[in-house]
Amino acid sequence: MKSDALRLDYRIIYDIIEPGSRVLDLGCGSGELLYVLASQKNTRVQGIELKDEAIYQCVKKGLSVFNSDIETGLVEYPDQSFDYVILNQSMQEVTQVDFIIHEALRVGGKVIVGFPNFAHISARLRLIFQGRAPMTKALPHHWYDTPNVRCFSLSDFKEFCKEKEVRILKACYLGENDVVRFWPNLFALNAIFVLTRP
Amino acid sequence: MSKEGSLGIVETQYFTFAEPPQEMILEFGEQLGPITIAYETYGALNAVKNNAILVLHALSADAHAAGYLEGEKDPGWWDAMIGPGKAFDTDKYFIVCSNVIGGCKGSTGPSSLDPRTGRPYALDFPSITIADMVRAQRCLIDHLGIEKLLCVAGGSMGGMQALQWVAAYPEMVRSAIPIATALKHSPQQIAFNEVVRQSIMADTAWRNGDYYDYGQPERGLALARMIGHITFMSDKSMEEKFSRRLKQGHYSFNFAADFEVEGYLRYKGDAFVKRFDANSYLYITKALDYFDLSGGKLIPHGTVDTRFLVISFKSDWLYPSYQSQEIVRHLKTRHVDATYCELRSTYGHDAFLVELEEMKELVRHFLDKTYNGYGVLKNYEI
Repeated sequence: MKSDALRLDYRIIYDIIEPGSRVLDLGCGSGELLYVLASQKNTRVQGIELKDEAIYQCVKKGLSVFNSDIETGLVEYPDQSFDYVILNQSMQEVTQVDFIIHEALRVGGKVIVGFPNFAHISARLRLIFQGRAPMTKALPHHWYDTPNVRCFSLSDFKEFCKEKEVRILKACYLGENDVVRFWPNLFALNAIFVLTRP
Repeated sequence: MSKEGSLGIVETQYFTFAEPPQEMILEFGEQLGPITIAYETYGALNAVKNNAILVLHALSADAHAAGYLEGEKDPGWWDAMIGPGKAFDTDKYFIVCSNVIGGCKGSTGPSSLDPRTGRPYALDFPSITIADMVRAQRCLIDHLGIEKLLCVAGGSMGGMQALQWVAAYPEMVRSAIPIATALKHSPQQIAFNEVVRQSIMADTAWRNGDYYDYGQPERGLALARMIGHITFMSDKSMEEKFSRRLKQGHYSFNFAADFEVEGYLRYKGDAFVKRFDANSYLYITKALDYFDLSGGKLIPHGTVDTRFLVISFKSDWLYPSYQSQEIVRHLKTRHVDATYCELRSTYGHDAFLVELEEMKELVRHFLDKTYNGYGVLKNYEI
């Protein structure tokens, strides 16, 4: 697969990472992103994933992956083992967000986080006019089957970074098919932040 | 995927080295020589000699890993994994399996004749370790003209040998597959081994190891093996295999083997006596207990280029997953390229010997990518 055929969030992350980097992907799924990073950008990649089936897919692609949850996946790594630690669409599924972000910043020079925006306009409308829990294209689950345990908006996350003294190097806001520039906290379905230590 | 086939008839070969006065110096300082190791090979070594895989066996197995020996109806112990089109594909790779020293399956061990006395070594056999087993295998690999192994792979004690290969000769090992194994035995594992040893030594027929003129300490060795088999299975696999089914349909009230599980253990114990030397069991269980690559000893300095595939089984309570995770944690600290997977089998420790589709697929793809490198990765369609 060519990088331009990747889904939008992968394409953005792909463009951020410099060739030859060392990359750790927390919750790497079946390894699509790591695969293009390894094969086309000559990066040294390692995945961490909980689901067996996804791990088999990674090994099939020649990727190295650890069967582990995200919380315990990071702890053993020495400081600054990677240039990039990716937390794409997995951060909202962990309870100890603060711990994960700090561990990721310890293990990696830069941390790329991607997450769904709970303050997207369709979520707001659904809540206000229908009185229903938020569901959007980026939040497709019902309240009873969602893996998400943390519900936050772009503004919430920026506030979090300020409070925890985490530097935001770059922020990208994603709509359904393209990036969003106007009023992202209202119109972005997903966001990708590049973080580093101050 | 190519169709799986059988290796057909295979033959055990023997290699003798360390002839006096060039005996091998063992880890604990004693000398041993001459040393014979029994081994089998499957497939062909290619011209550049980069397709050789060393398969390492567990406690009581032997060099006969796959195919059929002349006149035997059961295949080798890892026939599910080794053969044409199988995970260790003999159409692509050259597979070597060697019996460990200290054993009794054709390699030099306590039941071999001591050249100094012309009688079996018995307890005069020196204490051997996993490192000694690996050093002897190194001599075999040198003899076969292989400078670098594509992979070392094995389960349980075989996994320990795989780890020891990396610790001792990292530059000779492109990849390692330690399965259901540990960097060291826990007190629980040592305790089981001690009960196993005590049951052999408590049999008066053991005669302080000097029983070769009289026959094996059958009761003790059978009991030892019965204990072993309990630890190899899981509660669930025993329930599935035996439940509380009765052999005769009713209780005997006379301490006969009423339950199927009792009959199974007795059968396994009795069968073992016919095929394994009691002293070898003592020596090898001690080698397992002495093994310790914890505390950074697996990769003491820097990193290694060896790729790892570490596999454990959820239902294995003899070598629980946390022990494999300890290996993985060490590999992380050393930035080693590694994959770890805990498989869901219900078979307990025995799972690595059972035909397990997930394990076969993991091994097949891991070997393929190790062998063919990123060339294959680039061509992979997603």
